Amino acid sequence: MSGGGKWGRRFVIAVPNIWLILFFMLPFLVVLKISLSEPRIAIPPYAPLWDWVDGALRFNINFENYAYMWEDSLYINAYLSSLKIAAISTLLALFIGYPMAYYIARSPEPRRSILLLLVVLPFWTSFLLRVYAWIGILKTKGVLNAVLLRAGIIDQPLIILQTDVAVYIGIVYTYLPFLILPLYANLVKLDDTLLEASHDLGASRISSFFRITLPLSMPGIIAGSMLVFIPVIGEFVIPALLGGPDTLMIGSVLWDEYFKNRDWPVASAVAMVMLVVMIIPIMILRSAQNKGAEI
Amino acid sequence: MRLRFTPVMAVLGFLFLYGPIASLVIYSFNESKLVTVWGGWSLKWYGELFANQQIMDAAWLSLRIAAISASVAVVLGTMMAMVLVRFRRVRGKSLMTGMVTAPLVMPDVIIGLSLLLLFVAMQGLIGWPGGRGFSTILIAHITFGMAFVAVVVQSRLSDMDDAVEEAALDLGASPARVFFDITLPMITPALIAGWLLAFTLSLDDLVIASFVSGPGASTLPMVIFSKVRLGVSPDINALASLIVLVVSIGIITAALLMRKKP
Repeated sequence: MSGGGKWGRRFVIAVPNIWLILFFMLPFLVVLKISLSEPRIAIPPYAPLWDWVDGALRFNINFENYAYMWEDSLYINAYLSSLKIAAISTLLALFIGYPMAYYIARSPEPRRSILLLLVVLPFWTSFLLRVYAWIGILKTKGVLNAVLLRAGIIDQPLIILQTDVAVYIGIVYTYLPFLILPLYANLVKLDDTLLEASHDLGASRISSFFRITLPLSMPGIIAGSMLVFIPVIGEFVIPALLGGPDTLMIGSVLWDEYFKNRDWPVASAVAMVMLVVMIIPIMILRSAQNKGAEI
Repeated sequence: MRLRFTPVMAVLGFLFLYGPIASLVIYSFNESKLVTVWGGWSLKWYGELFANQQIMDAAWLSLRIAAISASVAVVLGTMMAMVLVRFRRVRGKSLMTGMVTAPLVMPDVIIGLSLLLLFVAMQGLIGWPGGRGFSTILIAHITFGMAFVAVVVQSRLSDMDDAVEEAALDLGASPARVFFDITLPMITPALIAGWLLAFTLSLDDLVIASFVSGPGASTLPMVIFSKVRLGVSPDINALASLIVLVVSIGIITAALLMRKKP
């Protein structure tokens, strides 16, 4: 674009970028700064990172908050537990989502569009309310126990709500569409002639699947898995509604540091470490996207 | 008869996706407050829902925030998408791409905490935003909304042939004219999809709003969360059913409209 559009061009570049720098990038610097500050009982509840003493700038950088997280096993356990919960739920979602994505990708039109619509539709209804729906199903006097008791499958109601099992169910349930969509986009491009050739050469369906379909769908598997894994690490709503006192997730720890303990410096340190933990999965996601997995 | 693995898994998968939603809708008509007791069909909880002033106020606040933030997000997100796809010789595009995709996977607790701390720091430095509530939630929702809009519009722009736009530019049309007369009509479906996405995400956000809100401004998810944390609440079932109804009508209408087009 040229000539008279020069100022227009600058305006169009500047406005969204200034917005994102101001309200997305800058906040991380503030978090970093506060994570290095000393907690205080004041408003705001932290000491300034630098001040002027006798005309000289003095820095009060302090790594106490990070040291404190290292010493108190709660934080390390919460990170490990979040990673474990994210990994297991990603695998469970993959186990349920892969056959669904495969089935949809192999379906003829118009069934394919309808099924795809059915996958996306729950995503547009409230996330919070879909998590809430599981309370009524999983609680001791809930729908699931009523059905199983009446059918005579169990004699004692199962205790699922407020355990990690309920958290896994909630996570897989709400994040399933994020996994199915990139997988579908990948599987729908699979060349049928490869499978036909493999069949003609005498390979069984199972062997063709493991030697052709699965390796070719790897970018879709990785992209979909990371889209579940990364946000689940910091999940708060699902453990808060479905988990119990033993459910330990770093998102809930951060929430409690801020809302219950009012310890802003430690909450900031928790957030900074969470960002570092997420760097590797985010890089895996970006490389999968560059390899042509569509999102 | 031999059952094939994938169709069976697909059926079970869809049952898993829709079972909980169906149970919410069914129990919203249950006269009894207990999940295990069927007290007969009733619209009682819908009556209680509309009589609950706290929920109605929160819904009105959330709808206003969602509508305004989605509209601003569409404008900013479209500008960002144009810069990323159509503008040539722009420095720092990979950094911009990073800024647009990062909010999509960033956990809400981090976005919420970091924005809150920014607002507090700005308040100390320049005396703005002067209290937290409507405007701070609006800024937070515009920020993640524009990232989603940018991604949707970006993919539409990349799929689109820019030959017509190039021709118009060669014939002497101003870039602004080309955008409003050619590009905009062609990306309108993406703009609508982006607006709806930003609107829905804003209406649904609990965590970020809880961080950046102040006393007195409770959005609908904040009210729902404080109610359901104590257990099942039938008027929330009624609210959920209404949302499912509205969303289903909207999505199915949109799908039918899209299909009629060549």
